[in-house]
Amino acid sequence: MKLYCLSGHPTLPCNVLKFKSTTIMLDCGLDMTSTLNFLPLPLVQSPRLSKLPGWVLKDGSTFLDKELKECSGHVFVDSVPEFCLPETELLDLSTVDVILISNYHCMMALPYITEYTGFTGTVYATEPTVQIGRLLMEELVNSIERVPKAQSASMWKNKEVQRLLPAPLKDAVEVSMWRKCYTMPEVNAALSKIQMVGYSQKIELFGAVQVTPLSSGYALGSSNWIIQSHYEKVSYVSGSSLLTTHPQPMDQASLKNSDVLILTGLTQIPTANPDGMVGEFCSNLAMTVRNGGNVLVPCYPSGVIYDLLECLYQYIDSAGLSNVPFYFISPVANSSLEFSQIFAEWLCHNKQTKVYLPEPPFPHAELIQTNKLKHYPSIHGDFSNDFKQPCVVFTGHPSLRFGDVVHFMELWGKSSLNTVIFTEPDFSYLDALAPYQPLAMKCVYCPIDTRLNFIQVSKLLKEVQPLHVVCPEQYTQPPPTQSHRTDLMIDCQPPPMSYRRAEVLTLPYKRRYEKIEIMPELADSLVPLEIKPGISLATVSAVLHTKDNKHVLQLPPKPPQPPASKKRKRVSDDVPECKPLKPLLSGSIPVDQFVQTLEKHGFSDVKVEDTAKGHIVLLQEAETLIQIEEDSTHIICDNDEPLRVKLRDLVLKFLQKF
Amino acid sequence: MSSLEAWFVARARRRLAMTRECRLLLPRVCAALADPRQPGSDDTCLEKLLDWFGDLSEAEPTLKLVQDNPCVPELITSVLALPEPSPSILSFTLRLAGLLAASENCFQHLQQEKLLVRLFGKDGPLNSAMWEDASVRSGWVEGVRRMMHHQPALHFLCSGGGIDVIFTLQGDPSLFVASAASRLLVHMLTFSVESEMTKPLSAKDCDWPVCAQMIIKHIEDSLQSSSVSRIKQSLKLLTSLFGSCRAPWTEVLWLGVAKQVESFLTEESVQAQHMLADLLLNMARSPVFCDTEGSFWALVTSALEHLTPVQAGPLAVGILRLHECPQDVRIQALTVLLQPMDCILRAASQPLEYAGLLDESVTDPATVESLLSSKSSCAGLLCQTLGHLEELLSLIRLPVDLPYTSLLRSLMTILQFCNGLLIPASPLGSKISQILIGCFRVQRSALDVLAVLSERKGCDTPVESLFDILLAYLESPNTSHTVLKKSFQATSKWLVCLPEMSCFNSQWQTKKILQDVFLVLQKRLCSPSWEVRDSSLEFLTILIKGLRDQDEFRQTLLSSEVPRLTEDLLEDPESYVRASAVTAAGHLTFITCFASESPVIGNQYNKENTVEKLQEILSTDPESFPRRAAISIFTRWLRQSHTGLLQNTEQFVSRAIQIAESDLDWEVRLGGLELVEVFFVQTLCRLGRPKCPYAPFSPEFTSSVRQNESLQIFCRVKLFGFLFCSLCDCDRPVGQKACDILLALRSSFYPSNALKDFHETEDLPAEHGVAWLQRTLRQGSLAQNILTGSGNEVDFQDPESMLLALGTINLEELHDDLNKSSDHVEKSPQSLLQDILATVGTVEENEADCY
Repeated sequence: MKLYCLSGHPTLPCNVLKFKSTTIMLDCGLDMTSTLNFLPLPLVQSPRLSKLPGWVLKDGSTFLDKELKECSGHVFVDSVPEFCLPETELLDLSTVDVILISNYHCMMALPYITEYTGFTGTVYATEPTVQIGRLLMEELVNSIERVPKAQSASMWKNKEVQRLLPAPLKDAVEVSMWRKCYTMPEVNAALSKIQMVGYSQKIELFGAVQVTPLSSGYALGSSNWIIQSHYEKVSYVSGSSLLTTHPQPMDQASLKNSDVLILTGLTQIPTANPDGMVGEFCSNLAMTVRNGGNVLVPCYPSGVIYDLLECLYQYIDSAGLSNVPFYFISPVANSSLEFSQIFAEWLCHNKQTKVYLPEPPFPHAELIQTNKLKHYPSIHGDFSNDFKQPCVVFTGHPSLRFGDVVHFMELWGKSSLNTVIFTEPDFSYLDALAPYQPLAMKCVYCPIDTRLNFIQVSKLLKEVQPLHVVCPEQYTQPPPTQSHRTDLMIDCQPPPMSYRRAEVLTLPYKRRYEKIEIMPELADSLVPLEIKPGISLATVSAVLHTKDNKHVLQLPPKPPQPPASKKRKRVSDDVPECKPLKPLLSGSIPVDQFVQTLEKHGFSDVKVEDTAKGHIVLLQEAETLIQIEEDSTHIICDNDEPLRVKLRDLVLKFLQKF
Repeated sequence: MSSLEAWFVARARRRLAMTRECRLLLPRVCAALADPRQPGSDDTCLEKLLDWFGDLSEAEPTLKLVQDNPCVPELITSVLALPEPSPSILSFTLRLAGLLAASENCFQHLQQEKLLVRLFGKDGPLNSAMWEDASVRSGWVEGVRRMMHHQPALHFLCSGGGIDVIFTLQGDPSLFVASAASRLLVHMLTFSVESEMTKPLSAKDCDWPVCAQMIIKHIEDSLQSSSVSRIKQSLKLLTSLFGSCRAPWTEVLWLGVAKQVESFLTEESVQAQHMLADLLLNMARSPVFCDTEGSFWALVTSALEHLTPVQAGPLAVGILRLHECPQDVRIQALTVLLQPMDCILRAASQPLEYAGLLDESVTDPATVESLLSSKSSCAGLLCQTLGHLEELLSLIRLPVDLPYTSLLRSLMTILQFCNGLLIPASPLGSKISQILIGCFRVQRSALDVLAVLSERKGCDTPVESLFDILLAYLESPNTSHTVLKKSFQATSKWLVCLPEMSCFNSQWQTKKILQDVFLVLQKRLCSPSWEVRDSSLEFLTILIKGLRDQDEFRQTLLSSEVPRLTEDLLEDPESYVRASAVTAAGHLTFITCFASESPVIGNQYNKENTVEKLQEILSTDPESFPRRAAISIFTRWLRQSHTGLLQNTEQFVSRAIQIAESDLDWEVRLGGLELVEVFFVQTLCRLGRPKCPYAPFSPEFTSSVRQNESLQIFCRVKLFGFLFCSLCDCDRPVGQKACDILLALRSSFYPSNALKDFHETEDLPAEHGVAWLQRTLRQGSLAQNILTGSGNEVDFQDPESMLLALGTINLEELHDDLNKSSDHVEKSPQSLLQDILATVGTVEENEADCY
């Protein structure tokens, strides 16, 4: 059992599990933090960004000044943003049989895998994962394609050149692997390879293993996966949550008795309690609006935004914000809000019951109805007519490098009345803000990450008790910035096995059993012999038939008839011939009695030595050695076959045959 | 007995004695109770009946009661004759018999009838199946306890083997019975020694009375036995004895068992250490032991050494509360108590950085360290220690000096551990930090202690670091709202005492701290959680109350967004928050009014606006909490002579009265009356009456001109209508308050001798409708009559009528009526007996129905 680790990002995993002749890819997350090294893509011509000076090397060389721009002491690549792909060289990805997706954030690299590697297998994911994943990809492609960039920078990636660059560009890893965004046709092609599954549905993979998605409680349709054979069970836990938000609660019970539990996608901000952060979000939002400022919330078009809107729905009246417009701007805003209302079976119990009333499960429907929340595909068009300030704008992308958010940063950045509130935990807010410096607007960091924290993990592991835990190396040590927080790491026994990018782990679990069926006729012919109370043995002569990873013992073919003619060879000759079987032996040899028997048979100089594993009986005169151990007996004598046979027969007297 | 006492006794007897009606009802009640066909009587009725018998036995000799009412002993006989009485009736009978037998001659009477033997002897319930029922056993124990007031009862029990039953009942599965049995033994022992001893006891010559000897032997035997439960029972008994009896003979008893008890300190198998702490504490409080020079305090010292920190904590804190205790024991107790705090301080600091809290330790520090580094015990031990420290620090006079600054540092360390802000310097520190991070229980306890510690600050208090920590708690979104509330409390306490701290008088620093606090407060006032908004407003109110005279405070507050946010919260959807906002806004006006005089700050807060807003809340808010808050703020304004705010006080009070009198919530109406009370006192003072209500009136005031003026004012604000109508309010507290105010008003207008004349004439003047008022008040229907307008009604705005009404109406009588509880009729014994019979009646009716 091996695990190939293709991503080093603990919450955007991409691992390949080789298990019982199947090759299963677990998630294909796309690390987008690479985009932070690029300049933002403004929707409207930005004089500030276009006037940024080119970067000049210390020695005065200016050959990079077209590719790299300097802003407030930071250097950015002036090009279309690129993403850091999972490892493609560690194993041949065309051999991957299936890809299991755990949630829509962890499938963003899918087109790169299915469309570029010769992948011919199937992708499994739940329906909301596919639909919302499609929205995220669509938004991503749209945001990048609508701002065409004439140039594509590549010179800086040259290793010799990169060495000369300032941090963080100098330290960026695997820059040669960075790729531009995929296209919509590629997205469509990739999504067409997905087969949709429901929670607890059992999917047979080549008869060898069975995979089952379980609710993970993190997002609409998010799943953990059980990968099991008859005797082995591997659990893949990725992005789970125990908080009561909108999705169906996490199914913990089914994770019990796992041999190996692969644990990824824990909270990225373990010190921030989501409830407290939501409070912080609301308070800061209210304070800004009351002072006449605008609030910008860079966010993904699905996920936490539903919970934030629900929270605001309850809060705006009490905070006196009833007249403040809320805008949600994304090419997929409408679809996202509508999709959320139709996935009733994937929602938590409370929301499911609303559907039967019938009421929309999420209160954002009412916000839209009462015109408190308005959504637009982009800032162009209707939005510019309706736009009123002060207001609250939810828009992407959280990296602040592309999407409509860039426009609002440019528009509102200069006033200290406005506030940008970061709620998505995927990007460092300081890095995200770097190309907008100097910035007058207030910045508030309220990362809301509902995924498991270390206390919850510790309880979960106690509850489900896996034999082995495998996790990213980041989870086995305290965060680098808080080295004293030993509570912020996985604490379990035995200690977890950790992995890092481009590492291949041999999982500590050894497969010991395989299930074999015995045909009824063959079973009838067996004659068991009880050798210990409760244990019976029988010898079986049969043919092992293996197909589709199922093993069946069948009756051996009848002894071949004497050939009518020696000239023609029959097909049945291919069947292996059954040789007469030697009887099987069992029992142990009582050394004292054996020595007495030897003496009776004329061996007078018997000497017994005890060894670590048993005994050695030495016949000095005959220069012969009988080595008796628990599971073997050897007679060592020099070319005296009659003596060996005699001794063998004496040994056999003490053993049972069947 | 003095004649006055005799009069009181006679009056009490009259009051408690059995009325004729009751005497007639009682035989039927007794017959009904003894009737096995009746459903089990309500336990509450039986309890009340027993209480009534108790009152009766105080009013007249019990024997007479029994002889006059033969139905009572007949009840006992009948119950005893029943083959299977209900457990509750049997239990009642046992307790009743015990109550009657408390008097010696009645005891003899019942003995002659053989009733007591049959109830409490071997052939009674004791050996029947009924004994299985805990209520019967409880009734038995209580019956015995009630009769245990004379020696014949004592001998009856000791000679009849009853005492062995009590010994057994100490281990009863019902905790109530076991505890009652233990208390009974203590009572018997004390009674036996005190009633039967002729000469004082000494250790060498201890000739205990028979009963006492039996109990003492039982205690000694139990302590020496191998049964853990028997040992524990005896320790409990001793604890209870030393807690209730402080006679010198207890020392003689103690000397007999001291060695044995001491051995339990180190006896692992008995596991009675926690009981020893209670025992020693009760002894330490007894004057018999606290004077002892030698052995007792040595035992306490040994206990402090040997008990685990968790067991020794309560003992240590108990000792520290004692005023008479050897100093070395006190220091040792303090050391034991502070050890966990010392350990925290050491675990968090670099070696030699701080000396810790303690110079030396009583017990092995490793024990505390291991408890603190274990997940299961760390929070428990810290919370216990912190709870004890809070208890100690809350005492006004603390008999021992605590190292306040080190204690504060230790508390700060705990709080830093809890929010993960501290980088521990030792492995123990890392372990503790790992356990404590996010532990709300410890955070709350530590903040409680921090709050009380503000009153004991020293000169070397690290104020800045303290506020850094408190602000971190106030700011952190991870702070739970219960912890936030405690953080607010601690912060307010420290902020309020900041100006008093001579060592910390940097204006700049104070201002910086206040600015930071208001910044956080501003955010918290916008919180989506109503609990947080509510606590924030309460915090603001406390700050204003404590610091409103401080310039820096006023300036910083007014230059922040807090006043505007507070005003916004007057419209909060949550009523509790609105109520707190009303209180905060009300207090804020004290500052905004001052601010209008100060040229430094432009006053953007319109005081008339606030008054109007609060009046609107008082008249329209659908919930009562904000309305109550509004009326109480009005009273506060008036009381503090907030004249700047209330330019036209009369108009303001009149308006408030009009709104409050029609309020559906009685607390608002009561609040209105409080406002009236303040107003009338202030008006009279303004017109020359002395502030003290008991001081003699100056001739200037009694002059009719002044009187007229004040009467006219009261009539103008419609004060009398409100007061007289409130007399008939359906909620008694309102009526009582109105009556009290009217009485006070009357005393202002009439000298006491003038009143006498009025009452004696009895003849009410017909004019001005005063007779009508008196009549209507007696009927309790003033409000309805005013509405219907019968034509005779009184004019509440006519000063002359009101002066007459005040002098004429018998307010004392009204006062007495109002002071009677509303169920005074239902509470009478007659009503009780009728209730019991009514239950029987239903049975009889049912019987009649079925042939």
